[in-house]
Amino acid sequence: MSELTVAQRAAGAEIAIDRAPYFPRRKKMITGRSIAVLVFLSICALFFAVPLYVVVVTSFKTMAQIREGAIFAPPSMWTLEAWDYAWNQACSGINCNGLKVGFWNSVAILFPSLVLSIALSMVTGYALALWNVRWAGPFLFLLFICAFVPFQIIMFPLISMTSTLKVYGSIWGVALVHSVLSMPVLTLIFRNYYKDVPQEILSAAIMDSGSFWRIFFEIIVPMSGNILIVILILQITSVWNDYLIGVTFGGFNAQPMTVNLANLITISTGTVAYNQNMAAALLTAIPPLVIYFLVGKLFVQGITAGAIKG
Amino acid sequence: MPRVSFEHITKTYGHLTVLDDLNLAIEDGDFLVLLGPSGCGKTTLLNLLAGLLDVTDGRIVIGDRDVTDLDPKDRGLAMVFQSYALYPTKTVRGNLKFGLVSSKLPADEIERRVAWAAKLLQIEPLLDRKPAQLSGGQRQRVAIGRALVKNVGVFLFDEPLSNLDAKLRTEMRMEIKRLHDELNHTVVYVTHDQIEAMTMATKIAVMNAGVIQQFGTPDEIYERPANLFVAGFIGSPAMNLRKAKLSLANGRTEAIFGSGIRLDVSDYDFSARPEDGAEIIAGLRPEHFGTPDGSVEGAAGVFNVPVQYAERTGPDASAYFRFEDELLALRIDPAIASALAPGQAVSVGFLRGKANLFDARTGQRM
Repeated sequence: MSELTVAQRAAGAEIAIDRAPYFPRRKKMITGRSIAVLVFLSICALFFAVPLYVVVVTSFKTMAQIREGAIFAPPSMWTLEAWDYAWNQACSGINCNGLKVGFWNSVAILFPSLVLSIALSMVTGYALALWNVRWAGPFLFLLFICAFVPFQIIMFPLISMTSTLKVYGSIWGVALVHSVLSMPVLTLIFRNYYKDVPQEILSAAIMDSGSFWRIFFEIIVPMSGNILIVILILQITSVWNDYLIGVTFGGFNAQPMTVNLANLITISTGTVAYNQNMAAALLTAIPPLVIYFLVGKLFVQGITAGAIKG
Repeated sequence: MPRVSFEHITKTYGHLTVLDDLNLAIEDGDFLVLLGPSGCGKTTLLNLLAGLLDVTDGRIVIGDRDVTDLDPKDRGLAMVFQSYALYPTKTVRGNLKFGLVSSKLPADEIERRVAWAAKLLQIEPLLDRKPAQLSGGQRQRVAIGRALVKNVGVFLFDEPLSNLDAKLRTEMRMEIKRLHDELNHTVVYVTHDQIEAMTMATKIAVMNAGVIQQFGTPDEIYERPANLFVAGFIGSPAMNLRKAKLSLANGRTEAIFGSGIRLDVSDYDFSARPEDGAEIIAGLRPEHFGTPDGSVEGAAGVFNVPVQYAERTGPDASAYFRFEDELLALRIDPAIASALAPGQAVSVGFLRGKANLFDARTGQRM
């Protein structure tokens, strides 16, 4: 190694370092274990994907091709006939107006039950979490118990109650039952979410305004974006996918799409129109999926960002 | 600007009594600091005044109104919280306006007040930002602004500076002091930081275990602590508190420590006639000693003690000496502190007329 002269050192020269410090790490390699994991995961994925694939391709086939029996084969001729029939003409009982009747019924049930259940449980959760409510503890416990009562146990009392209220067999009846039954769980969720709102924010709001409703609408609701999205997904899915409440309280005029679908598929005369059944099942399943993708995008980070220290 | 008084306040949670028969009156325009360690009841007292908690017994009067049963918003108060507690979804302007809109003030009056507070606190450029886009100091200013716009006579502060860094804390301390000087509101300020208390207060109430230990001006609290708690709590390093016996002989009053060292306290202003042989506790402030090995003219007593260690705290230094198996703290010049070697024995004189004497049994000032 060469020595530097004093002048060179003064000029800022340094002896070159042969190489930078080098601490190699072991490269990740494909091992037997990782292959096993991959294979296992692929099988899991196929387990769900294959039936879905069959449903989708069958719905686009003609009955002639389905009778050939090759269920994995792609459609030889893509056709929307089955979809059109399922939507416009399929029979549910004696009505042959297709699934669209049930679809619009489901939509009509969905909105009132969403508004009613969310409005009720949001306010209740807010009051229970942030205000001094007498008997709040026992009330919460009661809600908790209610959340575990199976619907079937209270079905008959509910039927007589809804008929007393003259809403049995109507859209409103189904929506009302949905709202009431989802109240306990939704209230608990809202209450736990609002419990995390810093007490000092509420104290400040109480000193500023003191009004239960003004604080709710101006301070608390704007902070509820994330939990509303969670609740929306939860509630839309459960209302849309419900069968039992719809079939029990819908009567003949307010049957949701799921009931139509079941009637259509359990039809017992003639040959089974697999392509129509598959199309109808897909038509029923699409709306919650769309909601997932649309609403999931709206998640935002950090509800209380900037409100308190940190 | 109203007077605030607490009359026979009691606050209990079930069987736990936090405050018991507490009385305190704050004069018009006073800056009262409630000072005490964590859990002493100072924040409870503030929340009772704010109306965020209900008193169990007693009366709170603001001005000439009994506010004990009024809602927080009707008490004519504004409060600044420790964690700022800004409304996260509102802009700075929205935060300032919320309370005013709620009380149905005319829009032009609201605009005028917001503009006034924003100018006073220099947050005008921030008015359209959300709290998340502000720094800690800016958030604190907004929180103060939210209190200012309400244009009330009494301001409550709940440890407002404890989340700020040291430099900002000093700035905001001066800012709050300036606002008080300009606007002359009555202020009740809760803190556990004695520097904040000493620098800002016109009156300090030192609290411990739910009881007001002493109420007075910062000078009174510092110079004439009423009991051992106040003596030990105020001052850094803390006052040296040592057991001693009083001796009245030859026309002199002396405190004699266990090791035989005598401290002349003849000129002490006793509140009652001292007894010979009384057990006392002598309180010696670290800054009331002379320089080590330097002569003190007419020292009340001289201590010959070995050095334990010295530490520098910026502009000055603290030296600790071994005295009767405990540490004796002195505030000294850093240059002298660095020359002290551990184990080295030095003699230090204590200044005449600076001692604080407490009854060893009751802990009260004599």
